[in-house]
Amino acid sequence: MKILVPVKRVIDYNVKPRVKADGSGVDLANVKMSMNPFDEIAVEEAIRLKEAGAAEEVIAVSIGPAKAQETLRTALAMGADRAILVETDAEVEPLAVAKILKAIAEAEEPGIVMLGKQAIDDDSNQTGQMLAALMGRPQGTFASKVAIDGDHVSVTREVDGGLETVKLALPAIVTTDLRLNEPRYASLPNIMKAKKKPLDTKTPDDFGVDVAPRLKTTHVGEPPVRQAGEIVPDVDTLVAKLKSLGVA
Amino acid sequence: MTALVLAELSDGAVAPATLSAVTAAAQLGGPVHVLVAGAQGAADEAAKIAGVEKVLHAGDAAYADMLAENVAPLVAGLMAKDGVGYDAFLAPATTTGKNVAPRVAALLDVMQVSDILSVEGPKSFTRPIYAGNAIATVESSDAKLVITVRTTAFDKAAAEGGSASVEAVSGPGDAGLSSFVGLEAVKSDRPELTSAGTIVSGGRALKDSETFAEVITPLADKLGAAIGASRAAVDAGYVPNDYQVGQTGKIVAPELYVAVGISGAIQHLAGMKDSKVIVAINKDPDAPIFQVADLGLVADLFEAVPEMTAKL
Repeated sequence: MKILVPVKRVIDYNVKPRVKADGSGVDLANVKMSMNPFDEIAVEEAIRLKEAGAAEEVIAVSIGPAKAQETLRTALAMGADRAILVETDAEVEPLAVAKILKAIAEAEEPGIVMLGKQAIDDDSNQTGQMLAALMGRPQGTFASKVAIDGDHVSVTREVDGGLETVKLALPAIVTTDLRLNEPRYASLPNIMKAKKKPLDTKTPDDFGVDVAPRLKTTHVGEPPVRQAGEIVPDVDTLVAKLKSLGVA
Repeated sequence: MTALVLAELSDGAVAPATLSAVTAAAQLGGPVHVLVAGAQGAADEAAKIAGVEKVLHAGDAAYADMLAENVAPLVAGLMAKDGVGYDAFLAPATTTGKNVAPRVAALLDVMQVSDILSVEGPKSFTRPIYAGNAIATVESSDAKLVITVRTTAFDKAAAEGGSASVEAVSGPGDAGLSSFVGLEAVKSDRPELTSAGTIVSGGRALKDSETFAEVITPLADKLGAAIGASRAAVDAGYVPNDYQVGQTGKIVAPELYVAVGISGAIQHLAGMKDSKVIVAINKDPDAPIFQVADLGLVADLFEAVPEMTAKL
């Protein structure tokens, strides 16, 4: 079985995004970029499934600018076997990403497509579910545990009320949540080895997918600022204030 | 413009998240219908929500567990029905809504608008991006709208006062792709985090899971509060992930939010800054949490919290 792992190049998790003064977006010039953290978890899980003998090959794919190659090399250094870059400078929405991934999945026939549940830039949380819909396959979203059992996969999902387990017929789409695993750091020898692993470059046109956006962003602004209140000197004052506010 | 809202159910009853989604749907300006996949009782309950014109009840057992593989084709079918279809589909941005809505959107070839904070026009909405560090205004060019609604950003429609008709609907049924195995529910006498009136949350400063429980639980008991946590506390293993408040966890807006030993990373603030009264207890006077707190106490939490618990 192959596992296909889509990865996205996004602003680094530790960088505080700055909104551009003209309201056109977030300033990404000279900002550190990294692999989307949820995608790192997806790469790790795919590699663990391979190490456990449940999969033969892990293929990383990224849709984005030429620099997304770096993100793919990170996935290769972690242990993915080969990579596909679908190169475009356009901002590709989840629906178009899902259409491109569907075309790749139809060619590669993976048993599982393992994705991060959301990207930390647009916070859409859509791509996996959309891919599953387009392919007519089951989806195990927000996974905290993945167990392959013959021609099925059991996925434990992080839902509002606790942990839900569903059983999906393979091939299936799985999206990862935080607790699924802790991604490994790539070792230096593996980083060197990754440079020699195959990386194919394609374009959205190769798959006949129109990436024109359906949503137009008309403005990007700062979130409303909440006014700081007062610092109270001691617990007695705090308790008295809470009682006078009627909340305790 | 008629809108269809997916009802969120909890233990067979209409969950409050539904009421916020109904308010968002009403702001689109047209009639609001609600789809209840589950028990008849919940459909009757949904019919009483103020402002709802019609309730569609899908009683087929295939929909009872809200499996997206089964529910999405049902919704897409209702949306696309000739002459009587819908212009918009809205689901609360709960884990159920987030699971089902994009599957509906893809079936309809629509780009979903996720997690809306406000309705700005018939096809224009605001939504948080970059973990709430920026707010985008987006306009859809699709023929139909598929939306998930950040429930804390919309008032709840009145649960009583409406008198909608209830109509039975059916769809393709079981897609045969997936099955529900079980739900390991969080066993707790406490209110559910996303609907609690009071929340006491702990951060990494609580040291370990035992200390977290020793310090936070008595205060939460005293206040009748739900217990939450920062991502740092979850990552450190003090509490399970479903306690997590923040952009990647739960979005909450209680009457009172008590942040104990939480520094206030932006991703945490994104999940709780709409709370009515925020109290922060932290020994670091420069912690960002104090910039959003209504009442701040710079103190050692291991002394202040037990004292507070005793004096409340």
